[in-house]
Amino acid sequence: MSVQTGSMGRIRFRRPSAGRIVAWIVLGLLIIITLFPFWWIVRTSLSNPRQLFVDTTSMLPARFTLNNYARVLGMMSTSEAVAAGGSGQTINFLLYLRNSLIVTTSLVVGQISFSALAAYAFARLNFPLRDKIFTLYIAALMIPAVVMLIPNFVLIRTLGWLNTFQGIIAPAFLMTPFSVFFFRQFFLGINREIEESAKLDGASLFGIFIKIVVPMSVPPITTLAILAFLSHWNDYLWPLLIGKDESVRVLTVALGIFRTQTPQGAPDFAGLMAGAVVSMVPTLLLYFLAGRKAIDSIQFSGIK
Amino acid sequence: MANAASTLQTRPRPDWLKPWLKGETWAAFLFILPSLIGFTLFYAVPAVRGLLISFTDWDLLTPAEPVGLGNYQRLIRDRDFWHALWVTFVYVVINVSTQTVFGLTIAVFMDRLTRSVLVRGIMILPFLFSNVVVGLIWLWILDPSLGIANELLKAVGLPRQPFLGSPDQAIATIAGINIWRHMGYMALLFLAGLQSIPKDVYEAAAIDGAGEVRSFWHITLPLLRPVLVFVLVTTIIGAFQIFDTIAITTEGGPIDSTRVIMWHIYEYAFQRFNMGYATTISMALFVLLIFLTLLQLRWFRAGESDL
Repeated sequence: MSVQTGSMGRIRFRRPSAGRIVAWIVLGLLIIITLFPFWWIVRTSLSNPRQLFVDTTSMLPARFTLNNYARVLGMMSTSEAVAAGGSGQTINFLLYLRNSLIVTTSLVVGQISFSALAAYAFARLNFPLRDKIFTLYIAALMIPAVVMLIPNFVLIRTLGWLNTFQGIIAPAFLMTPFSVFFFRQFFLGINREIEESAKLDGASLFGIFIKIVVPMSVPPITTLAILAFLSHWNDYLWPLLIGKDESVRVLTVALGIFRTQTPQGAPDFAGLMAGAVVSMVPTLLLYFLAGRKAIDSIQFSGIK
Repeated sequence: MANAASTLQTRPRPDWLKPWLKGETWAAFLFILPSLIGFTLFYAVPAVRGLLISFTDWDLLTPAEPVGLGNYQRLIRDRDFWHALWVTFVYVVINVSTQTVFGLTIAVFMDRLTRSVLVRGIMILPFLFSNVVVGLIWLWILDPSLGIANELLKAVGLPRQPFLGSPDQAIATIAGINIWRHMGYMALLFLAGLQSIPKDVYEAAAIDGAGEVRSFWHITLPLLRPVLVFVLVTTIIGAFQIFDTIAITTEGGPIDSTRVIMWHIYEYAFQRFNMGYATTISMALFVLLIFLTLLQLRWFRAGESDL
């Protein structure tokens, strides 16, 4: 792709100036700084925990082992784990992985379905109070999450939903102001004609929405799914308040608790890094599957 | 339209009632019903309830006791609150300023040097993972005795640093961790803005003999201003709510040097169970952030005339 097509540009590009070389070096350094910590997680997670105290600098795993993964995935008995240099606490990242998947999947599906449904009504239908209600939704976009945090905690507690999946999921399951706003913008931009002719053929509003509008909306749905996945998969404070219990503990909360279990003072970094890798794999899979679309979605999220 | 004919026999209905009787209205409310329930329960009511709780003394176990403006008077005299606000402010300044410089540099370099999706894909990588994971990685890298960072310092002949273990360095270190996580993301946002600047502007400047550096100061920066201001204010608003990284690494310490405002709220609400006072602090943060939001709306509109 030749974006710099101007003849001026081409001439300048032929002879790399000192400035350009310096710029490349700086960019290269920034890429290394960005990537190095990721290698360091992998390297540590594959190292023998005791050897880490001795060998602090080798770029390759210190005495390579897969034991840390076996340990955090609950495939070792407590005594075996202690023998392998772990804390001996019960850690079962398979369970937390399942919990994270349950929470994030239901949030993505619920939030997108219900927000799109509402956005369609705001974009296409005429009804009393429509603009007033929509203005309220937009106003909520400006209220920082911290304002709702304590009252929402109190509500979930009153409902008896502490340490339940529904408690973790509830606040963002039925809508987020941003998704409604986002879908409405998209629906306003698509051509009405197909919908109008379907209406003349006697299709119901819901039928039109499901059979015509949704298939046309795959790109924005994908964008929002990626953004919603990232934000809920990575969320920490809310699930920490609502779901500390093992049965509903998600990965972020599990990593936080695991870190504080330090019987000998120093955290079990080899185990922690193995746990971190487990929590990163789904994100990486999504990233590779979505590819460029993921980058574009994230780029979009900041512009709104 | 059809109403005129159908109301011949019955008494004409009042005008305000008519739209409520249409089928479309019923359908529309069915469409928005789930979102309306979610909005009411988890946005509208909590926002009001938060304000009400801030006028009480409440430990969640016994009924809330109304204390009027008591919590707000206490807030003004609370040295810890002002300290937390100051720590947060220091964090925001270090984090946002450095991050913006890095983000802008990366964006301009990417714009001028390479269109590679791979480079963009790499730079955004840290942003994809949770603050928890990022906090843990850096906790390990910066570990005072075993971390690789100190080994690197030693290798170039510099003294070991305590980083997160020192009251003087902790908040700057936290800011640094989040610079690492966010600079690529910020660069991506700036890049979108850069790519909307027409290329012929640069070519015209090059004909007039302007080099890359002059082009940056006289073309790029002024034309990028709307995007710059928008991203900057959004980032500041986000940075004021820093919590996860602190909770994973320092928990407000050492000696309160990373006691940011969100950690202060968290501690009052969920460790001391003082819901009334914790809500009062969150209201103060709310006022601060809404002020920034309004500022952003004004600046953003003022900035648009530039393009």
